[in-house]
Amino acid sequence: MVAMSKIATGNGHGENSPYFDGWKAYETNPFHPTERPEGVIQMGLAENQLCFNLIKNWLIKHPEASLCTPQGVNKFKETALFQDYHGMPEFRQAVAKFMGKVRGDRVKFDPDRIVMSGGATGAHEMVAFCLADPGEAFLVPTPYYPGFDRDLKWRTGVELVPVNCESYNNFKITRNALEAAYVKAQEANLRVKGLLITNPSNPLGTILDRDTLKSMVRFINDKNIHLIGDEIYAATVFMEPEFVSISEIIEEEDVECNRDLIHIVYSLSKDMGFPGFRVGIVYSYNDSVVSCARKMSSFGLVSSQTQHLIASMLSDGEFVDNFITENKELLFKRHKYFTWSLSQVGIGCLKGNSGLFIWMDLRKLLKEKTFAAEMELWRVIINEVKLNVSPGSSFHCEEPGWFRVCFANMDDHTMKVALLRIRTFVLKNNEAMVPLKLCRPSSLKLSLSRSLSRRMESPGIMSPHSPLPQSPLVRART
Amino acid sequence: MLSSKASCNSHGQDSSYFLGWQLYENNPFHEVENPTGIIQMGLAENQLSFDLVESWLRKNPDVMELKKGGESVFRELAFFQDYHGLPTFKNELVEYMAKIRGNKVKFDPNNLVLAAGATSANETLIFCLADPGEAILLPTPYYPGFDRDLKWRTGVEIVPVHCWSSNGFRITMFALEEAYERAQKLNLKVKGVLITNPSNPLGTTMTKEELDHLITFAVAKNIHVISDEVFSGTVFDSPGFISILEAAMDRNLENTDVWSRIHIVYSLSKDLGLPGFRVGMIYSNNKTVVGASTKMSSFGLVSSQTQYLLTNVLASKRFTSKYMKENQKRLKKRKEMLVSGLKKSGIECLKSNAGLFCWVDMRHLLSSNTLEAETKLWNQMVCDVGLNISPGSSFHCSEPGWFRVCFANMSRGTLQVAMRRIKDFVERSNFMGRIKMNYQQNMSSLSRKLLSNWVRKLSSPDPNEHER
Repeated sequence: MVAMSKIATGNGHGENSPYFDGWKAYETNPFHPTERPEGVIQMGLAENQLCFNLIKNWLIKHPEASLCTPQGVNKFKETALFQDYHGMPEFRQAVAKFMGKVRGDRVKFDPDRIVMSGGATGAHEMVAFCLADPGEAFLVPTPYYPGFDRDLKWRTGVELVPVNCESYNNFKITRNALEAAYVKAQEANLRVKGLLITNPSNPLGTILDRDTLKSMVRFINDKNIHLIGDEIYAATVFMEPEFVSISEIIEEEDVECNRDLIHIVYSLSKDMGFPGFRVGIVYSYNDSVVSCARKMSSFGLVSSQTQHLIASMLSDGEFVDNFITENKELLFKRHKYFTWSLSQVGIGCLKGNSGLFIWMDLRKLLKEKTFAAEMELWRVIINEVKLNVSPGSSFHCEEPGWFRVCFANMDDHTMKVALLRIRTFVLKNNEAMVPLKLCRPSSLKLSLSRSLSRRMESPGIMSPHSPLPQSPLVRART
Repeated sequence: MLSSKASCNSHGQDSSYFLGWQLYENNPFHEVENPTGIIQMGLAENQLSFDLVESWLRKNPDVMELKKGGESVFRELAFFQDYHGLPTFKNELVEYMAKIRGNKVKFDPNNLVLAAGATSANETLIFCLADPGEAILLPTPYYPGFDRDLKWRTGVEIVPVHCWSSNGFRITMFALEEAYERAQKLNLKVKGVLITNPSNPLGTTMTKEELDHLITFAVAKNIHVISDEVFSGTVFDSPGFISILEAAMDRNLENTDVWSRIHIVYSLSKDLGLPGFRVGMIYSNNKTVVGASTKMSSFGLVSSQTQYLLTNVLASKRFTSKYMKENQKRLKKRKEMLVSGLKKSGIECLKSNAGLFCWVDMRHLLSSNTLEAETKLWNQMVCDVGLNISPGSSFHCSEPGWFRVCFANMSRGTLQVAMRRIKDFVERSNFMGRIKMNYQQNMSSLSRKLLSNWVRKLSSPDPNEHER
C-alpha cells in the first residue's frame, strides 16, 4: 500500500497525548442535570456561554440579519455568490469597529488590514506559513494553549521554542527568559522568526502589563523578529487592570517599533461565544503579510452567510456597547463566585482578571512534585470527582500541580454541582483545612488518605482518539 | 524576513487567469450603468437557478435559526464546532451526491469530511497524500487554481499529463505513462493523479474508457487517484456522468487495494451556485485519510449556521429533484445560446455536455500558432472587445488558441451583448485582414509601408478607451 504523507501518518496533530483521557471520559458519560446527574462535567472547554440571551434578543429584533427570513431572503443571491477573499466590506468595517470598541476606542483598526481565516486556528497556521519556513522557529511563553502545537507546527514544519515562565513571579514573561529562549534556539540551530504571545493569557487568565509589553516590543525589534499577539480573549477582561493591546503599545511615544513586525490574531469564538461560526481574523501592520495572508485565506474564508450576520450585528453600536459591558459583568460574577467557593475549601488560584477559566493551584495535593503525580491526581479528578479539567503539563507548564478550569461554558446549576463535587472531594481528603481570603494562591497543607493513594496508583485509561479541546464531540441537536 | 512562501509567486495569482479578473474589476459591465464595460466570462459560477432556492426559502421560514418546532437552535449552532460536522448535514450531502450519480453509488457519511470549499479540500488531500517535493500528475488543460491549491503551501509538485485537441483532449494511457516517465527523469516521486470530472475547462464528462485507463494506471503504479467532481451536478446532456467510484465498482474493485486509494472532492459552489458559503468536502474509503483530513479540517471548518441552512434545503427531496432537473435544463439552453452565437462568428467550441463554460477554439484567429499570439489575442478580447475570457495557456493547455468562456454567471441579455461584440470583432478582423492582403499584393513597398501604419493605427487599442 503506497504510503501517505508524513504529516498524515505522524503525530503532529497532537491528539495522541494522554491529555485526551478527560475528553473521552466526558464523551462517554457527559453530565446532564436531569438525564445524567452523575456524569462528567466539562470544565476543559474554554467557551463563553454566558451572554447568549443578549444575542438571542438582538436576532429576534433583526430578522434581516438572517438570510432565511422573509426580511433577509432578498440578500440571499448576492451573499451566496460572494466569495471574494477580501471579505465583505461591511463585515470588515464592523469587525474593525468592534475590535476598537473592545480596546475602549483607544486605538482604531483599518478594515483593509483585516484578513479572514477559518477561526483563530486557521489564522495561526496562516501567520506561521507567512512568516516562517519549515525548520524555523517561534518563541512561545509557557504555559500556552495546547492547540498551538498543532496550529503552528503540524503542516507548516515550524518549530516552537518555549520561553519558561514560573509561578514564583506569577508567570511573568521576563526579558531574561526571552533571551534565554532565544539563545537556546540558536544552540539548537533554529532560526527564530517570531515571538507569539497570548494576551489575555490562556491558560493563566491574566493580562500583560504595559511594561512587559514594551519590553517585548523592544526585544523583538532588537532581534528583528516578528511579534504575534493572540488577543482572542480581549473582551473577556472583567476586572482591573485594564487590557492593553499591542496595537496601543506601538502608538506610544517612547516605543520605537518597526510596524512590519507586528501582527494580531483575533476571533469571535471567545469574546462573543460563536465558535461554530468560524470567524478568525489576521490583522497585520505589514502590507506584504496582509497581501499574502489574503491569498492564503482562500483556504479558510468565512462563510458569506456568517459575514452577513456579523456585519449586521457588530455595526449596531448600541448592541455592541451593551454586550461588552454585560459580558464583563457576567464573567466577573461567575469568576468571583467560583474562586470564592474554591477558597472556602482551601483551593487557591492565580489572581486573574480575564479569560473564561482559572489557573488552579493544586500543587499541595500532589503526592510528589512530578508530572507523573500530576497525571495521577488528574485521573482521580476525572474518574472520581468527575470533572474534566485540564492538567498544566498539557499547557507545557514547567511546574507540576497547576490545572486550568473553565467556568463560563455552563449554566449556574452545573457550576454549583461542580463546586459541590470539588468541595466534597477536598473535605474528604483533608487532614487540616485553613480558610483562605478571596483569590490568593493557596498555602494550604493537604495530604491524602491511604485509600486515595492506592486508587491513584492504578492504571489509567489511555484513549488516543478523542478530539482536540476546540473540537468537542458536542452532540448536535437539530 | 517573511517566509519563502510569502515572497514567491507560487500563489499563482500573476497568471493571466487572474489578471483578467483584475481588469474586469476596474471596469465591470453593467447593463445600465456601464454598458461598455468588460463582461466577466472568466468566472465559472452558476447563477441561473437562484430563484428556485430563494422561493424555497420564502416558503420555509422555519429554517430561520431561531426556531425549529418552537425551540431555538441558534445557540446550539453557535457552539457547534465539532470537526466531524453536523451529522444531519452529512447525511443529506451523501444522499444528494448519490442522487447526482443516479444512485449507482452509495456514500457513507462517516467517510465524508467537510472543508472550507473545494479549494481547502484539495489542499488538505494533498497534505495527506504527499510530502514536499513529491508529485501529482494532472491532465492538461486544468483549472489554474490547482497551481496554488495543490502546490503552494504543501511543497508538492505538479507534473502535467499532456492532452491534445486531436482526440478531443481525452486522457490516453500513453499520455499517463509519458508523464510518469518524465516525473521519474526529474527525480520526482509520483504519489497520485488528479482528474477533474466533469472537466474544467473542457466541459466534458470522462468516458468509461478514460476512467478505466486511470484506474489501471493507478493499480499498476500503486498511486492515488483524486477525482475532483465539483461539476458533477452540472451535467446537462448525454453521455451521462460516470463517477470514478462507479467505474471502480464496475470492475469489482471494492475489496482491493486501489479502492482505498480513490478519493473524491466535491463542493456546493458550482452545482448549487453557493460559492460564498464555502462548503467543500472530501470523500474517501481510506480510514487514515478520513482521520487525518478530519483533523486538518480544523483549519477551515464550514460555518455551523451554513451547515444548518443547507441541511434543511437538501432535506427537501422534492426541492432537490426539481432543482437538479431545472438547473440542467437552463444550463443546456444557455450553453446552446453561447455555442450558436459563436458559430455565427465562425467560432467553434469543443462538444460539451457539462460545466458552466465552453472550451472555445480560436486558433484560426491567431496571427501565428504561438503562445505570444494567443496572449495578443487575449489582450484584444479583454481590452478591445471587453470580454474577460480565459486563455488556454493559463490552464496549461499544450496548444495555443483555446479559450474558456463562461456562460452561466450572467443574464441572457448580457450574453447577447457578448455575442454581438465577438461578431463585430471577428468581422472587423476579417475585413482588416482582407484589405491588408489585397493591398499588399498590389502596392509598392513604400505605399505598403504607409498602409501598414494606417492599418496598425486603426486596429490597435486606444489606450484611453477603457478608462471610464
